[in-house]
Amino acid sequence: METFDDYVDRRLIAPIETTSRRFYIFAGILLAIGLWGAFAWWTQLRRGLSVTGLNAPVFWGLYITNFVFFIGISHAGTLISAILRLAHAEWRRSITRAAEVITVLVLFFGMACVVLDLGRPDRVFNVIRSGNFTSPLLWDVTSVATYLTASTIYLYLPLIPDIAILRDRIRSRGWLYRPLALGWTGSAKQRRILERAIAIMAVIVIPIAVSVHTVVSWVFAMTVQPMWHSTIFGPYFVVGAIFSGIAAIIIAMAIIRKAYHLEGYLKPIHFTNLGLLLLVMSLLWFYFTFAEFLTTYYGGEPMHMVVFLSKTQGRFSPLFWTMVVTCFVVPFALLANRYTRTKVWGTVLASIFVEIGMWLERFLIVVPSLSSPRLPLTAPSYVPSWVEWSLFAAFLSMFILLYALFTKFFPIVSIWEIQEGREHSVGEVTSRVLSYLPEGEPS
Amino acid sequence: MTRWAMVIDLDRCTACQACVVACQVENNIPPADQSDSARGRGISWIRLAPFYEGEHGTRPELRLVPLPCMHCEHPPCTRVCPVGATMIDHEGIVGQNYARCIGCRYCTTACPYTVRRFNWKLPEWPAPMEEGLSPDVSVRPRGVVEKCTFCHHRLQVARDKARMEGRPLRDGDYLPACVESCPAEAMFFGDLDDRRSIVARLAAGPRAFRLLEELGTKPKVIYLSKGESGGDV
Repeated sequence: METFDDYVDRRLIAPIETTSRRFYIFAGILLAIGLWGAFAWWTQLRRGLSVTGLNAPVFWGLYITNFVFFIGISHAGTLISAILRLAHAEWRRSITRAAEVITVLVLFFGMACVVLDLGRPDRVFNVIRSGNFTSPLLWDVTSVATYLTASTIYLYLPLIPDIAILRDRIRSRGWLYRPLALGWTGSAKQRRILERAIAIMAVIVIPIAVSVHTVVSWVFAMTVQPMWHSTIFGPYFVVGAIFSGIAAIIIAMAIIRKAYHLEGYLKPIHFTNLGLLLLVMSLLWFYFTFAEFLTTYYGGEPMHMVVFLSKTQGRFSPLFWTMVVTCFVVPFALLANRYTRTKVWGTVLASIFVEIGMWLERFLIVVPSLSSPRLPLTAPSYVPSWVEWSLFAAFLSMFILLYALFTKFFPIVSIWEIQEGREHSVGEVTSRVLSYLPEGEPS
Repeated sequence: MTRWAMVIDLDRCTACQACVVACQVENNIPPADQSDSARGRGISWIRLAPFYEGEHGTRPELRLVPLPCMHCEHPPCTRVCPVGATMIDHEGIVGQNYARCIGCRYCTTACPYTVRRFNWKLPEWPAPMEEGLSPDVSVRPRGVVEKCTFCHHRLQVARDKARMEGRPLRDGDYLPACVESCPAEAMFFGDLDDRRSIVARLAAGPRAFRLLEELGTKPKVIYLSKGESGGDV
């Protein structure tokens, strides 16, 4: 720990020390999309929400869809990383950081989506000034703010030893790394405290993460609207969140691996293992979706059936069946098959499909229920406007840009945890496995 | 206690829309232009909802039902407001605080009757109409939600008048604009807790029913229709 091995893990520092021209081009494109989004937002501030495709009764559309989608992605990181850490899954070492950064960054965009959706964004602080705690939206504000705090701490703690390495190595950025390293020397006492803190945060962060998407689902489930008012919405949303979150990690890892030549750290086995988790979540997602739709269909309440049919046979059916294919059929086929599952491209392809499908799932929860109000109301169908699409594209771009910038300031693969794995874990795992077995030599 | 309630007799209603027009004028609701209407952005606090009825296989009959805010006793909209910008007052009127509303539209999506409206843009009136705006009702800014208030401002006027004349408020002193304007005399308004009031008597009658009663919202708009008690419209 005390000395950074210049030769072994230098690839993990390389992205911070040198930046290629391609990175600047890539960042430039993302920034341009971000600026276009800023223009779209300015247009909306100037002319109000009339620039969206929303109407009565479809009062919520793309912004709320994206809110649910982004908050869902945020379950990638912290939750997966915390579970893997607590389970002593040794293969986690090179992926936890990449996952945790997703969480922290994407949460900002999730929250920003709600502000975009407000008719009066200038009054957003009314939720603090005169918050009404019977509103599930306020539960959301509380829970997301807690999650952002906890996952920021949880990202930061394991960063400290790596920041200390950078502090000692890159003098020109001492102003940044010195205060952040908190005087880390790598002493036995410091390590003990750090490990304890990480373990505590890993435990704390799991219930918070679960609460976040449960509460997001309750924004819908607490109303009496058809196909929103469902008791399984909490776990259904959490499952969908973890599902889309894992897919996001896989995609991010593939890009990092390619861009920074980290094939040695992010190996096919990491993708395969995450792919297996993704497969489990795909099956869980299918189970929940099937349970939800069969219950609605069998109950056959007329108002619920109107929404049910609009999804399965009516206006939204192309999107609905695309969702079933992209969330279940394709990922299942790719991930249940050993050939594709053990390939990086196989898991990445499955993940791309999952992201498309999970976005559609969010859209199909928000819009169809609103499109079929209980009492007749004539209105055109909801078609998102260019402003809404632009802001979606801008949010995605800015998220990717911030993520890329993170990799330029901090190691995206945890250096000290890799070293720790190399130096201590092999012996630790051997003795752990031996402890599971009966004592003494086999006869 | 007082519980303000409205009764709409569907057997008398001719669907002339006088109530809709009276409401627009009374409450400073900007007229929707063609593009607003085409995009589902027009604002109205009371609308005529088209219901089709009739036996399966027969020619369906169209029935237009005037639909203001139900002023539910258990309003699903007030609970979900994150900033407490909408509340039910002690006399049962569900109001909206335009100065506090952040325009999140949670109330509009939570309302099972879809009677709340959002100000997608700044309100505009054609030149001569602007001079005719009512000084009793505030014009809503862009980006907030608005709704039927049972012409709450009229209650204040009626109450002041009664006080000046040194008498209690009588049945019929306070009428919303829609009720007052109904040429078919199909709309009634008053205190549901006053057993002698016309609304209490009509609401207790065999023709009375409420919309989406099964949701437990306890609407205070009561409809009358023959042979339809408790059922759908």
